[in-house]
Amino acid sequence: MLSPVILVPALLNGLMTGAIYALIALGLTLIYGVLHIINFAHGTLLTAAMFAAFFAYALVGLDPYLAVLIIAPLFFLIGYGLQRFIIGPTAHGEDRNYLLVTLGLAIIIENLLLYVFRADTRTINLPYAFDVIEIGTAFLAVPRVIAFVAVLVVASVLWIFMQWTDTGKAIRAVAKEKLGAELAGIDVAHIHAVTFGLGTACVAIAACLLIPTYYVNPTAGDAFVLIAFTIVVLGGMGSILGALVGGLFVGVVESFSSMFLGQSLGQIGIFVMFIVMLLVRPSGLFGEQA
Amino acid sequence: MAEMLLRIYAISKRFGGLLAVDKASFNVRPGRITALIGPNGAGKTTLFAIISGFLTPDEGRIVYDGADITGAAPHMLARRGIARTFQIVQPFAGLTVRENIAVGAHLARPNRVDALAAAGEVAYAVGLGTQLEQSAATLTVAGRKRLELARALATKPRLVLLDEVLAGLNPSEIRDMVPVIRKIADWGVTILMIEHVMQAVMTLAEQVLVLAEGRIIAEGTPQQVAADRQVIEAYLGHGAAARMISGAGHG
Amino acid sequence: MKTYLPIFVVVAVLALVPFVTASNVVLNFLVVTLLIALAGQGWNLLGGYGGQYSFGHAAFFGTGAYVTAILQVQYGINAWFGLLIGIAAGALVGIVIGALSFRWGLRGSYFSLVTLAFAEVLRIVASVAPITGAGVGTLIKLDLRPEAFQFQSRAPFYWIALGLVGLSLIVVRGIENSRFGAYLVAIRENEDAARALGVDTFSVKLAAMIVSAAITAAAGCFYAQYFLFLDAAIAYGTWISIDALLAPIVGGVGTLFGPLLGALIIKMLGESTKLVTGGAPGLDLAIYGLLLIAVVGLAPRGIAGLLSALVPRRFRPPSVPEHHHG
Repeated sequence: MLSPVILVPALLNGLMTGAIYALIALGLTLIYGVLHIINFAHGTLLTAAMFAAFFAYALVGLDPYLAVLIIAPLFFLIGYGLQRFIIGPTAHGEDRNYLLVTLGLAIIIENLLLYVFRADTRTINLPYAFDVIEIGTAFLAVPRVIAFVAVLVVASVLWIFMQWTDTGKAIRAVAKEKLGAELAGIDVAHIHAVTFGLGTACVAIAACLLIPTYYVNPTAGDAFVLIAFTIVVLGGMGSILGALVGGLFVGVVESFSSMFLGQSLGQIGIFVMFIVMLLVRPSGLFGEQA
Repeated sequence: MAEMLLRIYAISKRFGGLLAVDKASFNVRPGRITALIGPNGAGKTTLFAIISGFLTPDEGRIVYDGADITGAAPHMLARRGIARTFQIVQPFAGLTVRENIAVGAHLARPNRVDALAAAGEVAYAVGLGTQLEQSAATLTVAGRKRLELARALATKPRLVLLDEVLAGLNPSEIRDMVPVIRKIADWGVTILMIEHVMQAVMTLAEQVLVLAEGRIIAEGTPQQVAADRQVIEAYLGHGAAARMISGAGHG
Repeated sequence: MKTYLPIFVVVAVLALVPFVTASNVVLNFLVVTLLIALAGQGWNLLGGYGGQYSFGHAAFFGTGAYVTAILQVQYGINAWFGLLIGIAAGALVGIVIGALSFRWGLRGSYFSLVTLAFAEVLRIVASVAPITGAGVGTLIKLDLRPEAFQFQSRAPFYWIALGLVGLSLIVVRGIENSRFGAYLVAIRENEDAARALGVDTFSVKLAAMIVSAAITAAAGCFYAQYFLFLDAAIAYGTWISIDALLAPIVGGVGTLFGPLLGALIIKMLGESTKLVTGGAPGLDLAIYGLLLIAVVGLAPRGIAGLLSALVPRRFRPPSVPEHHHG
């Protein structure tokens, strides 16, 4: 049973899934690293973006890989607005309030989607969705390979952005020393909103990469929330590299555990890992870094 | 040698590469005011955190009232009679002054009504008697310092560690606070205080310990310590003692 | 005792409702409201008084519900006895989650996340374990006898729910007036300062978790008897975790009557939204979310806080006799 013929495809599939997880976690960890907020609305923003990608295809026939060029900037603006005009002003800078406000946002978004689109599950049928690439003994779906490569590109671009652009530097400055950044003339509220927007854009890209092989309904994003939290905790709150490695790792763990435990119980592997991670090493494997 | 209430044996504490406390040893006699002074960053607050159980030392032992208390949890130490105040005041901001102090008073008094009553008594003793029902969040800096003191005293301690209770006060507030500290000592409570206000140290303390770069570099009466060459250098930089002494010679 | 008087008055007035109306709709609404109030009362002890915001009180609710149901269905054990065991089982889950989280010093958001994860683990286990009926769910046999904790009419259910809420109010008021309560609030306000004053923060938080879990589990046990059906999404679903925290936060976090007041408000709001929108799913809950943000942003002390800001400052207990200055 444990022959490479089974294990290698499981490993590769785990990596493919893990890449998407990593991208979702990347958005979450970016927001956490800079604003020190645990964003409970992250999963529902993913759902909303998946709906956007779905309708872009269903109504206009726009391929998700092209739609991302519109949806990602759109969700950047949505994220920017949410932080600037709702989360920031209502939370009064208190940790517990951020939890509650983003939880409130999650409830609103999820239920508005439910109200508008009902609980129906929708899928799109891309002509090339079932094309496969053969790697050794493994057959990999083309959309998943595209997603894997895209995530690596997005993560690299984000890293370069953070290292080399003025905005990226300002974000890192705010993450490290909010007061100092403020004194240096950085508009902290703006930078917070930009960061939240970037995090939301990550989720929008993930949605476009997911939709060719996944389904969407008003709770579709929920399944990814705790996984993303697990990755963020595993990789170290606020660490971009940690999110990437953590995402791939969790994808592989899930792939193997559902192979041995079955689909539904396989999920438990992640939660148990999450709890153990939180209890034993809240600072994560990569420590705290922005 | 008189029985010591607190004995510190070669305590060391390291944070990463920084040696915050370096084999510090000293004793505190019962019923006295001992001041712990030293330049900023000397390790005074770290030492307090270790004595009160908030940090565990890497090396060394702490003996209190004849028992080894190294590594004991803060609440266990509070029950044994060691109370502390915080340099950065930590009021229970959502509670009234009386309710704040009652948390300390509960240590010896399980009953709520008793604790609230006892809190009132302690508040009067430290000069917060008129602000009992006020929210702690509304107190001035001086009021908050008094509140720190009152809460610690309400636990009926034998030893209190006062971490800069005079810092941030104006001269007249300091003048008001000094007798309060002396009164506490008169009740028989042993006081170990970190203090930067030297005038207060000179008038209050019977014994002064000087900590610099994590080590005890001098020990004695305030007058002895003030004249100590090493102490002056620790505070004012290398060569300062020589300059001062030669300057004094001219005067 | 004087401090318990408001509880008796409120409970006595509410107890009269079935004499005023026999409407099943009204009573059903009130039973569900009391159920949420009870679950919220449990959350409020830990979250409101202790400052430990759980996002997973479904873990206790669901355990209480399932234990009550399974004991009857699988083992033929009497429902009243099942209620007690259910509460104890909820408390036990509280011990496990509390001991693990607090021993490792989890605070703030980390605590919220870990409680959420525990509830999710239980939900997934319940959705596949044979003993819970897995995907099909657990159905308690109809047996309309008081001995079986089932009644022909809604009124007895209502009084029992009210009795449980009344009991929880008395327990919480008792805690408010005790050293334990003072320590719990001190931990919420400043954990380090509390430790310095001799508070064993681990034990106090754990004790609060146990009582909190037991109260919320009682709501779960009652739910099982009232609706006679459970599945994993009901028992361990996020809906109850959210309702349990929403009620006290809306009503007034860390106040005695906050959960009851909040439960009434959110349920009324939810029902009227349903009436207006013709029962389309989603909007009532979206309103909850809006309400949560509005309360956090505009009235951090909840509706109770708003009310007390409107009426003159409450008369405080008489001060202790004055003492002379030193």
